[in-house]
Amino acid sequence: MTKFLLTSAFAAAMLAAWPHAQQPPPQQPPPAPQQPSEVFTVLDSGGTGAPRLAIPDFIALSADAETASIAKTISQVLWDDLNFEREFVFIPRDVYSSIPRATSFDDVPFDRWRELNADGVIVGTVQKTGTAIRVEIKLVNVRTRQSAFSRQYDGTAANPRLFAHTISDELHKSQRALNGVARSKLTFDSDRDGERMSGLMQNRSIKEIYISDYDGENQRRVTVGKTLNIAPRWSPDGRSIAYTSYRRGGANIFISNIFQGTLDEVTKGDKVGENWLPAWSPDGTRVAFSSTRDGNPEIYVANRDGSNVRRITNHPSIDITPTWSPTGTQIAFTSDRTGTPQIYVVGSDGLNLSKRSSDGYCDRPTWSPAPYNEIAYSSRSGPGFDIRVIDLATGQSTALTNGEGTNESPAYSPNGRHIVFTSTRAGKVQVFTMARDGRNVRQITRTGNNEKPDWSR
Amino acid sequence: MKVARQLTLWIAVVSLAAAVACGGKKPPVARPMPPPPPPPNSTSSSRPPAPPQPVSEPTIVPPEPVPDDAISSASLDDLNKNSPLKPVFYELDSSELGPESLKTLDENAALLKRYSTWAVTVEGHCDERGTAEYNLALGERRALAARAYLVSLGIAADRMRTVSYGKEFPFEPGNSEAAFSKNRRAHFVITAK
Repeated sequence: MTKFLLTSAFAAAMLAAWPHAQQPPPQQPPPAPQQPSEVFTVLDSGGTGAPRLAIPDFIALSADAETASIAKTISQVLWDDLNFEREFVFIPRDVYSSIPRATSFDDVPFDRWRELNADGVIVGTVQKTGTAIRVEIKLVNVRTRQSAFSRQYDGTAANPRLFAHTISDELHKSQRALNGVARSKLTFDSDRDGERMSGLMQNRSIKEIYISDYDGENQRRVTVGKTLNIAPRWSPDGRSIAYTSYRRGGANIFISNIFQGTLDEVTKGDKVGENWLPAWSPDGTRVAFSSTRDGNPEIYVANRDGSNVRRITNHPSIDITPTWSPTGTQIAFTSDRTGTPQIYVVGSDGLNLSKRSSDGYCDRPTWSPAPYNEIAYSSRSGPGFDIRVIDLATGQSTALTNGEGTNESPAYSPNGRHIVFTSTRAGKVQVFTMARDGRNVRQITRTGNNEKPDWSR
Repeated sequence: MKVARQLTLWIAVVSLAAAVACGGKKPPVARPMPPPPPPPNSTSSSRPPAPPQPVSEPTIVPPEPVPDDAISSASLDDLNKNSPLKPVFYELDSSELGPESLKTLDENAALLKRYSTWAVTVEGHCDERGTAEYNLALGERRALAARAYLVSLGIAADRMRTVSYGKEFPFEPGNSEAAFSKNRRAHFVITAK
């Protein structure tokens, strides 16, 4: 394993790239719940359909403007986070103004919320405690006035959005038995900084790796390579990113441990050829990638330190773009052995190869997490590409995008309910998310070209 | 040290005064060059005497190659800005070399034979009609096809390395076939001459 500390210049540049120097990038520990053993009841709609909720602005218990602003931010972000999973119906915000604002948990006008047909109201308070803040929330059943969920959170005031993300994930867990994705993160490559490659190729834009929250907030750069750094993939523990880098001239696999500021070189040496598109095994101990070390692009698996390289495929055509099954026993990849790129599945021991796609041109397979058993991929449709999904049980393929720009490079959210992908529908290549049925499309990036995204586990 | 510096300053002031005194009165007259000053080791006390120069054979300087044209005199950067090695273009999804491409490569081979010290990188590029991922391998296949043909014409394989950039570095922006066809190419970069 080659693990070297960043050179000081690189480290300095890296720090400069972070908005908060010396503080390693985000991942403040999420605010710890204070009453973890509390028993919750599940709020329902009292009939069929999803519960109808309201989230009025959280109540600022401290009189200063900062607390008021934090209270407003948390309630609005919480709305967006909960709305993202479509597990609740939200009473539109524009009718809230007709309802008197509560000043504490004790004077919530439940009768008025009842008139609006609400099943529950999420009431929250925000209080300054020195340099930190304390947030307390209750999901109250409007009919019974019982609290279905209540928790208190203490944490830094630096990132109010993280309170909302944590509350959202815990509400989804307790009320809907759902693993929410509000604290998950995206990564992608981007040319947004307009930096140029040095030397003989000065008119070329470099690309660097960026990360962001799942909703596109807090976008920040994590590599300083002055070269092409592309196709990032989150490690399952969310602490490292594997990607394809041209910093050695040809393409090689690197891993940035973004919270330590260290870099691991997975493929190195004179005889390793070109190496592309790493994909982490579900347990994070291995990396699958494509390499030309034996003459033409084949799929290989190595330990994450680059040791124990094993070849998985053996065919004179192109084999590229691997992705692991959720259990790690199989690998899907792209091969043009029939003449056009198609999706294949093979055991991670190299046995039991089968072709799974039959469109004209398919690439970038991404295996869904359980319980879904499907592979999303880019499929040529007319002049561009659309995102399609193959149900592995039935072999059926369904389109998720329909010719709005060209759409590529899908990757699943950790709960399998959403897909991040790129599209040119808004001009340049930008990152978008959508639900796994193709609805609820949201634009994540807006500056430069942003490509080949991945979603943390 | 301090004494030496004051001495230097004093000499400078005196010679400046002398120069001012002379200036303006007489027209400048060509004078013989003064003899070289004595070696400093006798005057400046702290410095040790310089070691004697080792006796050596005169170095043989190889004759400058006579630049026979603009190409061999140009810098690498200038060469690559308007490269004499022409790019080769491909059809959609293909790495096959058509008659036009073979002709271009024949000309490139002639140049590489004439300038036998050149080393080049053959870059494979693709258009946006392929996917970003598969294009990385297709670009490599294109670069290898061009390189293999040059090797068959007698150009040493170790003078040509290949790299694929997929569709990461389009030469022509825009999404017309005219732009796409310029981006499906093997591009030559001269890396040493």
